[in-house]
Amino acid sequence: MNTHVMDKPVGRTRLDDRTQDIIGKPLDRYEGALKVTGTAPYSHEHLQGEDVAYGFLVLSSIGKGKVTSIDTSAAMEIEGVLSVVEGDNIPRASAEPMSDGHKMANGGVFHYGQPIAFVVAKTFEIARQAAHLVKAAYEEEEGRFKLSDEKGRARISDGGVMESDTKRGDFEKAFEKAEVQYDETFTTPSQSASAMEPHATVAKWDGDQLTIWSSGQLVSSNTTQIATGVGIEESQIHFICPYIGGGFGSKLGIGPEAVLAALAAKKVGKPVKVALTRQQVYQATSRRSEAIQRIRIGCTKEGRITAIAHENWLANSEGNDFFEPAGVSTVFLYAGEDRLVTHRVAQTDVLMTSAVRAPGEAVGLLALENAMDELAEKLGLDPIEFRKINEPDKNPQDDTPFSSRKLLECYEEGAKRFGWTDRPEKPGARREGDWLIGYGMAAGSRKNMIVPSSADVELTADGRLTIRSSMTDIGTGTYTILSQIAAEVLGLPIDRVDVELGDSRLPSGSGSGGSFGANSAGSSVYVACEDLIAQLAKRLDVDPESLTLKDGFAIAGNRQVPIGEIAGGQTLLASGSIKPGETAENTHQASYGAHFCEVGVNAVTGEARVRRLLTVAAAGRIFNEKTAKSQCYGGQIWGIGGALMEDLVVDARSGMIVNHNLAEYHVPVNADIQNLEVVLLDEHDPYGSPLAGKGIGELALAGVGAAVTNAIYNACGARVRDYPMTLDKIIAGMTV
Amino acid sequence: MTTLTVNGKRHEVDADIRTSLLDALREHLALTGTKKGCDHGQCGACTVLVNGRRINSCLTLAVMHENDEITTIEGLGQPENLHPMQESFLHEDGYQCGYCTPGQIVSAVGMLGEFKDGWASHASGDLEGKLDLSDAEISERMSGNICRCSAYPNIVNAIRKASETKETA
Ligand code: FES
Ligand code: FES
Repeated sequence: MNTHVMDKPVGRTRLDDRTQDIIGKPLDRYEGALKVTGTAPYSHEHLQGEDVAYGFLVLSSIGKGKVTSIDTSAAMEIEGVLSVVEGDNIPRASAEPMSDGHKMANGGVFHYGQPIAFVVAKTFEIARQAAHLVKAAYEEEEGRFKLSDEKGRARISDGGVMESDTKRGDFEKAFEKAEVQYDETFTTPSQSASAMEPHATVAKWDGDQLTIWSSGQLVSSNTTQIATGVGIEESQIHFICPYIGGGFGSKLGIGPEAVLAALAAKKVGKPVKVALTRQQVYQATSRRSEAIQRIRIGCTKEGRITAIAHENWLANSEGNDFFEPAGVSTVFLYAGEDRLVTHRVAQTDVLMTSAVRAPGEAVGLLALENAMDELAEKLGLDPIEFRKINEPDKNPQDDTPFSSRKLLECYEEGAKRFGWTDRPEKPGARREGDWLIGYGMAAGSRKNMIVPSSADVELTADGRLTIRSSMTDIGTGTYTILSQIAAEVLGLPIDRVDVELGDSRLPSGSGSGGSFGANSAGSSVYVACEDLIAQLAKRLDVDPESLTLKDGFAIAGNRQVPIGEIAGGQTLLASGSIKPGETAENTHQASYGAHFCEVGVNAVTGEARVRRLLTVAAAGRIFNEKTAKSQCYGGQIWGIGGALMEDLVVDARSGMIVNHNLAEYHVPVNADIQNLEVVLLDEHDPYGSPLAGKGIGELALAGVGAAVTNAIYNACGARVRDYPMTLDKIIAGMTV
Repeated sequence: MTTLTVNGKRHEVDADIRTSLLDALREHLALTGTKKGCDHGQCGACTVLVNGRRINSCLTLAVMHENDEITTIEGLGQPENLHPMQESFLHEDGYQCGYCTPGQIVSAVGMLGEFKDGWASHASGDLEGKLDLSDAEISERMSGNICRCSAYPNIVNAIRKASETKETA
């Protein structure tokens, strides 16, 4: 195994030489023909034609307490019901990302809609009917369902993806002394990932070997989680997920149905298929925490920030330590000597909270970037000018150098393309009929990282290459970009590269999450290809550096050999691994972008429509322009949703998620979207990975919502610090 | 037994009286291209054509379709033989995870048929007069198909481009 530890910046590579000229190209997706014909199999679609049973979850109808008894007699009387799984070992919800296993209910009820039993029947229809006949008796306790009520009891947590507190200097003192002060509190709602494919699993036993087809973003830890829940060794599990119908964080930890399907399949002696209903996805997997965010900024009259604080209060259920890292960008986005970012978690008896696309930035930047807009106005500065004054030249938290940061270029390019100078001077200044027009902008950043990842490559005598990794493709374009990386490095025509992913028997890939997938898994493929080149060079008795690889040929001196023939008919195998190293410590890494938005606000109804939205971003090397831009459009649209509509409503009396379906949990639909533009600046980050890339999938969401709501203010004078910015709140806040 | 005609082929289906058309396709006929996103008419992932018109197959029972011609994504085209709308979604990257995609594509084909027949929409300037297939028309008419990956801009591009090729219309 060839392992590359990212201790040093990478120099010039074959990706820079572009001999094959395929890296970055907007190729169609590798698996595209399967997806557009409906022949790519998702989790619930395996074992077609086999004799299977169907499972259906039974959820609790109280929010807090104990299950005292479960009466399954009426359910068992239905013809075709095979079994009802109940008892202690039932997952409360999804497993926490990267954890060893689910939190189990053990007879307790920790949130409304918690799994309490699992019915298995001959058909889906029978299982569903029987599930409704399972009767539970409870001992109900008083629940805590509102973050605002529990805020005073919130505690530090060490289970987050960042330190709960980061401090520099003495914020309170500096803030008190500041010439200009800003102090406002924002509330952002709970949200749901709402991937279109519900969490689903097919479980099949062969003796003591378990095959699981399930939707998991992180194959390695998902396999561990199932092993723990079922009580077997990981080596007994074959976990398969070649296609995932969207995850957005909600499938980082495996859903509650996977363990139950495996236990049930053992019990009934045949494979079990189960998909959560849409309501169950909302009620029994995971969600983004609601947040209370206080922003304080002190600055000079000229607009130089001297003190900046972002204090956050988040919710999670008992025993779950994750917190929405809402202050993550405030740590480094703007200058200022005295700084404070804190997170406190309050226990509530509501479904656990976990990562949803761009955890932290998605909601934290709403508050920070609204605050920057308000403060710019107070100072009489253009919002871009104010941000430029406070652009740090190194990480303001600890003085580490930025690995790369093109935020100023993003502002400039964006302002030019958008026509920022044409911005209406003040609320109400531009009107077209009933529509008030406004412009707004915001900055965005997303922390960058790589995580350990491995891949194999196999070169056969016919000159074809196969890449293998347990890495997943959740719609991000992984199949395609891995093939492009290998084709570029090995000089292969793209149609000679095959990719196999999403299988626990393959080398352990990073999985998809935190925007680390492309760089981590891609780097492992890169390292494996480098190893393969070394093998080829050795056989040709030349230096790897002097070997030119192009169009399936190896060219050295005056020799030109088809690459597959170098090993004399043998198959060549190479392995590669990547690990984060010193560059993660001695540089500060993030992707950056600037968003520019034009809205129309209806002066009569308060309806806000995004008329155009431009994102200019710099995220290191782009591996496929088409799939990268698609990710960015997706991020922009999530940003619009977060600003204007997404709001997971919890009933404060019972903890029930009231709008647990796609008609009432509003996500953007096609008619909500028009005129999106994404510009990716040329950038290479040699500290980020051997590919010189950085994460992009979440960046395009980070800050978008604030650009939208800043534009709403510019249009009509409404500042709303309680998200989402729905029309009732806009009307109430309008000043024109 | 229910007789269903799907993609030009007759099938005998031994399904529960409560089996939706969607579950009959997916669980009885192994036609899993049609997806289940919500099972109650909110997402469009299950869109199929019944006698040429698009419907949500989760909202109708299989037994109600004995004499109907049902077309699913598998009937439009196959990986080696793509329908122009499939081809267009592929080239325009009108999808990401691919889960809503069969529904989007079948819906788009059905939508163009409705458009051709002069059905107006909320975005139409005029209920009677000539319709113009603007982006706003496409977006409006495709809003029953949710895409959480949010491929909407490329979905609109794909449909516009496909509508310009003869075979689709
Ligand atoms: S599955 Fe039929 S509309 Fe959602
Ligand atoms: S492509 Fe993923 S939901 Fe549409």
